[in-house]
Amino acid sequence: MPHRLEIALKPELFDAEGAGIQSKAANYFNICPEAIRTVHIVTIDADLSPDQLETVRTEIFTNPVTQISDFQPLDLAFDWCIWVGYRPGVKDNAGHTAVEAMADVLGIGFGPEQGVYTSRRFCIRGGDLRRQDAEIIAKELLSNDIIQQVRVYSAEEWDPDTGVGIIIPKVRLDHTPTVTTIAIDSDQALQEISDARNLALNANDIPVIRKYFLEPEVQAERRAMGLQEPTDVELEYISQARSDHCNHNTFQGRFFYRDLETGHAETIDNLFKTFIEAPTRRLQEQKDWVVSVLWDNAGVGRFDENHYYVITGETHNSPSNMEAYGGAITGIVGVYRDPLGTGKGSRLIMGSYGFCVGDRDYTGELKPKLHPRRLLDGVIEGVRDGGNKSGIPTPFGQVTFHHGYMGKCLVFVTAVGMMPATVAGTPAEQKTTSPGELILMCGGRVGKDGIHGVTASSEIFSESTPAGHVQIGDPYTQKKMHDFLLQARDEGLIRFITDNGGGGLSSSVGESARFSGGCEVQLDCVPLKYAGLDQWEIWVSESQERMTVAVHPDDAARFFELSGKHAVESTVIGQYTDSGKLHITYEGETCAYINMDFLTRGFPQWEFEAQWSPPEMRGLHEPVLGEPSDYAELLKDLLARPNICSREWIIRQYDHEVQGTSVVKPLVGRDRDVNSDATVLRPVLSSERGLAFSQALLPFYSAIDAYDMTACTIDEAVRRLMAVGGDPEHIGGVDNFCWPNIQYDSKGNPDGKFKAAQLVRSCRALADTCLAFGIPLLSGKDSMYVDGHLPGAYGETHKLSALETMQFSATSVIADIDCCVTMDVKFPGDLLYVLGETKDELGASEYYDRFGYIGRNVPRAEPEAFLPMYRDLHRAVCRQLVTSVHGVYRGGLGVHLALCAMAGNLGLSADLDRIPAQQDLRADRLLFSETPGRFIAAVSPENRAEFESLLKNYPCRCIGEVTESPRLEGRWKGRSLISVPVTDLKSAWKQPFENLI
Amino acid sequence: MASNRTDNTVNALVLTGYGLNCDVETAHACELAGARARCVHINDVISGAVALDDFQIMVFIGGFSWGDDHGAGVIQAVRMKKNAGDKILKFIDSGNLVLGICNGFQTLVNLGLLPGFDDNYRHRSVALTHNDCGNFRDDWVHLQINQASPCVFTKGIDHLELPVRHGEGKLIADGPIIDRLVEQNQVVCRYATREGTPAQGRFPANPNGSMQDMAGICDPTGRVFGLMPHPEAFNHPSNHPDWPLIKQSSIGHAQADSLHTTGIRIFENAVKYLLQ
Repeated sequence: MPHRLEIALKPELFDAEGAGIQSKAANYFNICPEAIRTVHIVTIDADLSPDQLETVRTEIFTNPVTQISDFQPLDLAFDWCIWVGYRPGVKDNAGHTAVEAMADVLGIGFGPEQGVYTSRRFCIRGGDLRRQDAEIIAKELLSNDIIQQVRVYSAEEWDPDTGVGIIIPKVRLDHTPTVTTIAIDSDQALQEISDARNLALNANDIPVIRKYFLEPEVQAERRAMGLQEPTDVELEYISQARSDHCNHNTFQGRFFYRDLETGHAETIDNLFKTFIEAPTRRLQEQKDWVVSVLWDNAGVGRFDENHYYVITGETHNSPSNMEAYGGAITGIVGVYRDPLGTGKGSRLIMGSYGFCVGDRDYTGELKPKLHPRRLLDGVIEGVRDGGNKSGIPTPFGQVTFHHGYMGKCLVFVTAVGMMPATVAGTPAEQKTTSPGELILMCGGRVGKDGIHGVTASSEIFSESTPAGHVQIGDPYTQKKMHDFLLQARDEGLIRFITDNGGGGLSSSVGESARFSGGCEVQLDCVPLKYAGLDQWEIWVSESQERMTVAVHPDDAARFFELSGKHAVESTVIGQYTDSGKLHITYEGETCAYINMDFLTRGFPQWEFEAQWSPPEMRGLHEPVLGEPSDYAELLKDLLARPNICSREWIIRQYDHEVQGTSVVKPLVGRDRDVNSDATVLRPVLSSERGLAFSQALLPFYSAIDAYDMTACTIDEAVRRLMAVGGDPEHIGGVDNFCWPNIQYDSKGNPDGKFKAAQLVRSCRALADTCLAFGIPLLSGKDSMYVDGHLPGAYGETHKLSALETMQFSATSVIADIDCCVTMDVKFPGDLLYVLGETKDELGASEYYDRFGYIGRNVPRAEPEAFLPMYRDLHRAVCRQLVTSVHGVYRGGLGVHLALCAMAGNLGLSADLDRIPAQQDLRADRLLFSETPGRFIAAVSPENRAEFESLLKNYPCRCIGEVTESPRLEGRWKGRSLISVPVTDLKSAWKQPFENLI
Repeated sequence: MASNRTDNTVNALVLTGYGLNCDVETAHACELAGARARCVHINDVISGAVALDDFQIMVFIGGFSWGDDHGAGVIQAVRMKKNAGDKILKFIDSGNLVLGICNGFQTLVNLGLLPGFDDNYRHRSVALTHNDCGNFRDDWVHLQINQASPCVFTKGIDHLELPVRHGEGKLIADGPIIDRLVEQNQVVCRYATREGTPAQGRFPANPNGSMQDMAGICDPTGRVFGLMPHPEAFNHPSNHPDWPLIKQSSIGHAQADSLHTTGIRIFENAVKYLLQ
């Protein structure tokens, strides 16, 4: 008989969870409950004796100091009660840990028919609240119908004896696993089946697939295995492997590029090979610190003789767009498996985030699945729990607001790991599989969750997108697995390791078996969450927290011993072979038998028309804008803009110091409240070496030219590293492209050719800029289809495409962290310098955007010209000639001078006409131009001569000094242009999100 | 005095597994303080594969044991109590030291090792619950150390800055329990303002709403100590948020400030006590 335990805080105690919901209801919906109390419900679906129930109630589920609990409904008064529980099959992490704890305390085992399910109910007081208010709180704050079910009770509807009843969201499939064969009589027949089964096979691939299965030799081999027509297992495997998500068909595509103004035309065969692989290979030859790139789950660079760092970046946009918390936590926990699955395995040392969402205060007609505000709350919390509970610091991140992300939000997650240079005497970055080795699956179990995730993310979001691919990551299970696998690695037990992410076993086993040249997999050995999955579902499920590992049979006993100690489930699911075949069986029957090399041959390349119309042709021009007179108000307003203002509320939710490695923190300065340019860690605690990390996102410039967007983004990431002491000779890069659909369609995507041209230009800029700066691309990913169809006021829908976006992450190694510097000005009397020439480049700037203009003069990066100055600035930093360095980024000099002053709680006094600049630049243009390649630096007077001599070849001038009196004073041609207390600037900058914690 | 020590080495056991995560830096902190540290999985303590007799310091470290899904530190405490409770009591009884940091502190109060009134190390009377601010928070705090406390870990320290990183750090207990903690000087450290005055519950100096600004408490012997802030995360001067400023001051400017006392002092005191 099932039992339902209700737990609540003692009535006299403050309910922080309830208070949080109360304030959100008031702030977001102007619904003002008087009080909200939370009741946690544990539903135990197991036969337990009264004594056993009392034991778990008192020992596990009730804190005697703070809580009350009862197996009957708790008697808490309310006007409205909202119950929220998971839908069947949704990961209930707390339910799982409850099972572990109960099994331990009671000394019993839980069978497959038993389980524990957690849910919550909220008792809301407020006589004025109507049912519709309670429904809004239920649906817009407390639940998401994709993963949760909700019930709303008025006081009259509530039965105090039965409460919410006993609700058991157990998955019952009542299905006998069946392999289905698929007829391939014609291309059209296969296409129809592909559509019906959501296989998302590309029309151009279908003839290739049919041809393979019709080859007489293939047919003969298949007959010998008892197969004829392809099975669903086989076609699902092909579909996963050929998806844009796994195979990067867009980046591997052929682009017919034409400049509509000049008529110049060219064909780019394979963006990846041309603009990413080729430059990185060239740089790898020059940079001996590049250890391993372009093949593994993440790239590897040398940190010191004995340690390598490992980095990669991912996005998790489509799932986050539907279920923000679940999508984001799955994203961050998922990307953490990439370094863990790189080489023979890496320990995770940091993560970072980039969120792109619509206007947080959006009040327009469009109805996205989740309002940007709610979406942002959810992704913040998802990455928070995913990072914090993994014990991995999150010391860097960014948030960008833009209307275009209403169609689909972006959630960038980046992971950095560390591996020893050698593992059990072998190079740690190398791995391979060999015939005879066992295929093991470690970590979580397999369920229906995540099926068709990769094919869904290769599509544009619409109402018919299947919800099944939304999951909830489980950092606890993964942390146990992480600790276990690293111990197994150190004992030399791991021959090959990779994660189960997109495509699940289909992808991890398929790829790892390429090394040995074949595999045999027994799908009936794969541990399941519940019975009844079809064979193809087991094969492609994306259930999280799983790694695939190759272990030599001689090492298996020790591997399982360690696995048991760490309470991690590991299972042998097959063997690597050199048969040349991917051979899958279920209970002895073959259900897939495919040549290993099938996926690498004969598939047609995707093709794209790319047509570039330059900004002028598109009617872009500079605005006719007279000079403002009130600079103080203007600056305050710019500081308060969403893309500039303080996000301290997000940063402090993230543990950025776990592992004890923190050197330059995300927030710096006197009051520790202004963003640092980059973060620096000391990942090897016994060493003084540092690892610097930065990221940049500047999608705005794509409104003019994605080439410049890309070049400026990379330059910003580089300058961020330079500003904290990064070494210009060691810069590693990670590119993450998020692009709207580029396949032209006259009705569905009329500007597809232009977006394709933007992609070509962006990739070209990536190659040009990385070559100029000497940045090998250690890793990178692309996510296409950042578009959405949103319902409007009358039931019509609108296609909304995001700006062409590329996030760039950069790393550097710092020989001695004693050279690190931060951006806050520190000492009155220090001289204030501006480095780099300011030009009339306000196109797509924050300043123009303030007035609704785009303009045309987009900021242009000149990496060849910038780099020598960065090198000499680095020398000045190493010689400790500077007390503060800060890059000039979004918002221009005005905003960034203000930030330096705000961080130091000191003043600045400057002659703005001394700023190195293009001739005759008006003061507002000088202050708000976003020209890249610029820094602000503070230098103590005794270092003046040495500093100036180091930088004499560049535009670099002393423009004033740091003052004790905390005012920002700017003079123009001898007269005061701006004079404003730094505290006023700071409060303007903090005001927009100041009530959020 | 502490048992089974054959030479002048102090052995520290750093507990790991099940979602705990501060093992590397806690072991490093122990080593910096002169101890020999060993990371030991919870299950190796339970199975007896590793004997507590070989150690003089046991550190319950920070992290999210069992995901903190049913109250922070609750399941870890339940599991340890059931499967290793007697071993731990014997360990304490033998004159050894126990330190609980963050999730470890939460575990110690749920085990009843703290406050340990009247030699009763099994009674739960103090709770660490959700921060009043309603969220996880990472920030540095100022701590005022009670000089009259018997705590062996804080001898000679009157003020310390350390990072807090938790969502459930608000210490609460019934009035008489609180009074007794105060009277017996078992309140070891309190959240304070930058100026060193009591935080008086004010956020963010008191980051969680803890009663009487309590950040850490010890048992009556002073040998069992739990605190929410992370001394092991201040293992190097550069961990301190003011380090860039202090470093620059010592280079070019007269007002050279000494680099702060790091959290390693807590571990050094433990080693010193055991070697006495």
